[in-house]
Amino acid sequence: MCRAIRTRLVEMSHQAGVPHLGSSLSCVEILAAAYWGGLNLDPSCPDDPDRDRFILSKGHAASTLYAALALRGFFPLSLLDDFAKAGSRFPEHPSPHCLPGVEVATGSLGHGLSLALGMALAGRIQARKFRSFAVLSDGECNEGTVWEAALFAGGQKLDRVGVIIDYNKWQATGRSNEVMALEPMREKWNSFGWSTYEIDGHDLKALGSTIRAVPDGTGKPVAVVAHTVKGKGVSFMEDDNNWHYRVPSASELAEAKREIESLA
Amino acid sequence: MRNAFAAEMADLAEADQRIVLMSGDIGNRLFDRFKNCYPKRFLNCGVAEANMVSMAAGMAMCGFRPVAYTIASFMTSRCFEQIRVDLCYHNVPVVIVGVGAGLSYAANGPTHHSCEDVAILRALPHITVICPADPIETRLALKAALANDGPCYIRLGKKGEPNLHGNIPEFLIGKGIVVHRGSGVCLLGTGTILPVAVEAAERLGKDGIRPEVVSLHTVKPLDEELLFDVFSRFEVVVTVEEHSVIGGLGSAVAEWIADHPFLKGRLYRIGTADRFIHEAGGQEHARKHFGLTPEAIAQKVTSWVRGGAVEVK
Repeated sequence: MCRAIRTRLVEMSHQAGVPHLGSSLSCVEILAAAYWGGLNLDPSCPDDPDRDRFILSKGHAASTLYAALALRGFFPLSLLDDFAKAGSRFPEHPSPHCLPGVEVATGSLGHGLSLALGMALAGRIQARKFRSFAVLSDGECNEGTVWEAALFAGGQKLDRVGVIIDYNKWQATGRSNEVMALEPMREKWNSFGWSTYEIDGHDLKALGSTIRAVPDGTGKPVAVVAHTVKGKGVSFMEDDNNWHYRVPSASELAEAKREIESLA
Repeated sequence: MRNAFAAEMADLAEADQRIVLMSGDIGNRLFDRFKNCYPKRFLNCGVAEANMVSMAAGMAMCGFRPVAYTIASFMTSRCFEQIRVDLCYHNVPVVIVGVGAGLSYAANGPTHHSCEDVAILRALPHITVICPADPIETRLALKAALANDGPCYIRLGKKGEPNLHGNIPEFLIGKGIVVHRGSGVCLLGTGTILPVAVEAAERLGKDGIRPEVVSLHTVKPLDEELLFDVFSRFEVVVTVEEHSVIGGLGSAVAEWIADHPFLKGRLYRIGTADRFIHEAGGQEHARKHFGLTPEAIAQKVTSWVRGGAVEVK
């Protein structure tokens, strides 16, 4: 499944001329683990009030969300051909209700976790069992609102909330730890009152079991620091931050697809 | 006004289980009744307004009708982007309430003044902007806002404001309320400055000028029917607001009149000037500084009615 998503991502970036491919490739396993077994979701009932909420707060990786939702059956795969096309329903960053399964519009960083908290508060009052997840990039953790939300969730013990940090060590123009003091990432979330995990963000099994285990019995919200590689799956894109903005040429696309398809 | 707001919140929450009250760590004791009656539906969100607004959006997406409350400057300019993206772009039914708007908290200094909130918010698609004139309109505005299906900003003063209305007027979003009839000149006021406008009208009456006074509580959407009527009937139309002349009611009406240039009324605007105050003083002092007193308003209106020029401080 991850191979199928990655193939779509490089095709979509090339066809639509849309950047952020490195960011999209780094969170493929996170979304695959969430949508294939991690979350309580039914693609035929995308508005079920008891569904788990999943917010891709790092909205610049929207192509991963679109591809995952399509492959999971929320809408026909053929719709992906319209990605970012003039007049189509879904732009480079998700717009509200642009496609079934897209919970919220993201793209401005630092909103998704707070939205997830609001959904969790609603669920708590309604005594519903759904959980709310937000996937954040490490660069996104520069935003002050992330830490406002972290403080609030810790204080309110919103244990049905999970945050997954796609920690690929890059942000738009530099190494994330050189731009701002993100380290020690796990300890930060710990000290804000979260139950924390540190895992390989490309390990589907570890991601799936961690997502399924929320709430984890500690009474705290759960933060998962998922170590990832930007551009994962295409050797000439891996850990090369130029692919934050670059779009693959036809030959690069062919090479990327060959590599992805040859992966075990 | 804030007491009227708190009382109405508790009243409305009794009948509507969807209503939740979110506070940015203000209103000590103000919400005791709400908290006692509906403890699960009261959330102190801390001094973290941006997070509060986004959380309100998340709650609204799950069927609630959140009301977020804090000091106007922090409710609006501080979290403008959350209002824009999470409330307006998603078009969710969240009511944000800014207390101490305009110069209500003048004594606290310009960090606590809010004379540009209407300007920035009314530029956003989907939002409704209401500036109640008194405690009665505050209650009516809240009820109307919670029955509305999109984001809404309610701009409040502080406490102890006089009631403008002698009885409960009909209150509809986007429909002004005629406070009293007049001729020749019309004062279109919005928000807590209305009683000052009324007093100015009374002063003008002594000089034979009898302005019509309107509470144009909804700045967005504008009451176009009323504007057609007013600009057709009156030679002089004056907007009065405790808000910057840049972007507030005066600007909104100026934009409207630019699209309707063949009506006879001439528009004049009274509001706060394009500057911060660098001196201490309470609301009365700050209003005097900006010429927002009955005397100053009456003087300007007299000059405009009689065709003379007047220097606006």
